[in-house]
Amino acid sequence: MKLITVAGPPSSGKTSVILRLAESLGGKLGVVKFDCLTSFDKARYDAANVPVQVGFSGKFCPDHFFVNNVEGGVLWGLRRDLDYLVTESAGLCNRCSPHISGVLSVCVIDCLSGVHTPRKIGPMLKFADVVVVTKGDIVSQAEREVFSWSVKQANGDAKILFVNGITGQGAFMLGKVAESAHTITTLTDTRLRFTTPAAACAYCTGETRIGEGYQMGMMRHIEYDI
Amino acid sequence: MNNTDFYDLIYTVPLSELRERYPVAQDFFENLNIPPLDESQPLPDALMDVDAQWLDEFGITRQEIADQLASFLGTMTESEPARSIGCLTIIGGTDKNGAPEDITLDILPGSVVSIVGPTGSGKSRLLADIECLAQGDTPTARRVLIDGAAVPEDERFTLEGKLVAQLSQNMNFVMDLSVMEFLEMHARSRSIETDETVLRECFECANSLAGESFGSDTKVTQLSGGQSRALMIADCAFISQSPIVLIDEIENAGVDRRAAVAILAKREKIVLISTHDPLLALGADRRIVIKNGGIFRVIETSPREREAAAEFERIDRQLSDARAKLRSGERLE
Repeated sequence: MKLITVAGPPSSGKTSVILRLAESLGGKLGVVKFDCLTSFDKARYDAANVPVQVGFSGKFCPDHFFVNNVEGGVLWGLRRDLDYLVTESAGLCNRCSPHISGVLSVCVIDCLSGVHTPRKIGPMLKFADVVVVTKGDIVSQAEREVFSWSVKQANGDAKILFVNGITGQGAFMLGKVAESAHTITTLTDTRLRFTTPAAACAYCTGETRIGEGYQMGMMRHIEYDI
Repeated sequence: MNNTDFYDLIYTVPLSELRERYPVAQDFFENLNIPPLDESQPLPDALMDVDAQWLDEFGITRQEIADQLASFLGTMTESEPARSIGCLTIIGGTDKNGAPEDITLDILPGSVVSIVGPTGSGKSRLLADIECLAQGDTPTARRVLIDGAAVPEDERFTLEGKLVAQLSQNMNFVMDLSVMEFLEMHARSRSIETDETVLRECFECANSLAGESFGSDTKVTQLSGGQSRALMIADCAFISQSPIVLIDEIENAGVDRRAAVAILAKREKIVLISTHDPLLALGADRRIVIKNGGIFRVIETSPREREAAAEFERIDRQLSDARAKLRSGERLE
């Protein structure tokens, strides 16, 4: 089974891109969707007959939640006899990325989000092997080119592919990359490409009150000027 | 210069000199959000002053910063010579029913080919095949050759997005920039030396195509549909390096499409226009007729058809004259 991690900001078109990818690939593709509180994607995968599991991090840090559960996802994919397993997550909290060394990693962004977005969104783009740009059909050619350049600034090694989530144009080339992903049987002892955040403080355990007296554990403060 | 050369440079020259030689390095440090460094030393020495806690919190080591800067400079200074095409060849595959297309079509720079056929007949599929340089591996099994040869697999990826410029009615500008700033930004991203005359030429060309003129300090988002289309076309002709331009059904209002196509052809582009408009279809040297997902036939525009096109053009001019008169409050008498 080949594993692919897909990350991208909310509403950038991850689900559409994955569905188009599923269409363009010969083998059986399944998805583990990582989300925080709600997700509306299961119905879309069901409608397309793509096996899907949804996991909600709820009160837990979505980054840590991903790492704790991705291995179980691999076992699920193997039990389901999948050819391709895709993990879909909303880039976790933007500070992190779900990308794993030796596993094909894809970042999905849309070119309506502003030309500097690629430089702002951090590790999920910076450590991706492929950056898929969506919604290119509604902006000018010039803006697509400037956008590509901006992606290159943030990640000069990534392949940049324009995929139209509605018509599927470009998904063919993404399929070609997916075919080249490594076959895996386990993730044990593989490594994340970027660290997850340190988080062990009162707010991790459900504290909601604001004030110095409630802050306990590891924390960091802004040095405001006078 | 390759990454190793940049690596040597990063280790030997003071940071101030490196920045002076490669102003784009500024973007790297901005992206990294690193505290100010001692510019009189080479980067690795300057980095010794950076707080270890900062490095830890941003999840990066000093070594990685130097590595990433070398790779960044390698990528950003890569000159991208325009991939010139002497000939684009489309070798037929099969239609939706598996019937062979039985066709080989050579298209040379400066020539215009239109694509006609009902909605849903497979015009977009053909444009997609060209865009990904199909090698018999797409559903149509078509092959697309450049200068008579198949493009190697790895080059297909590096060329992706650079070979083909696309224009359609649905495209809009979303950046909050003036026309001139916009052109400058595009030129910069294409690593073209910001040559004032090229930008000026491009701007004037856009204005000559637009029904209503606009200033260089107008915001691109405030342009009318016709003005936007005119600017996009001029930009494709003068700044975009892509040798192939695919035009998908652009409307007539506010932009002189025939002049636009002529300008693109004159700039030695290969122009493919998907259209339902007789003026545009007949304005091309040849037209590809798509039926049932396949190329049904390729028709050379005949002298009689050219005459008809000239007549349509006359009617079209009449219509636009009438439009202009009505707009300025005149009577049609």
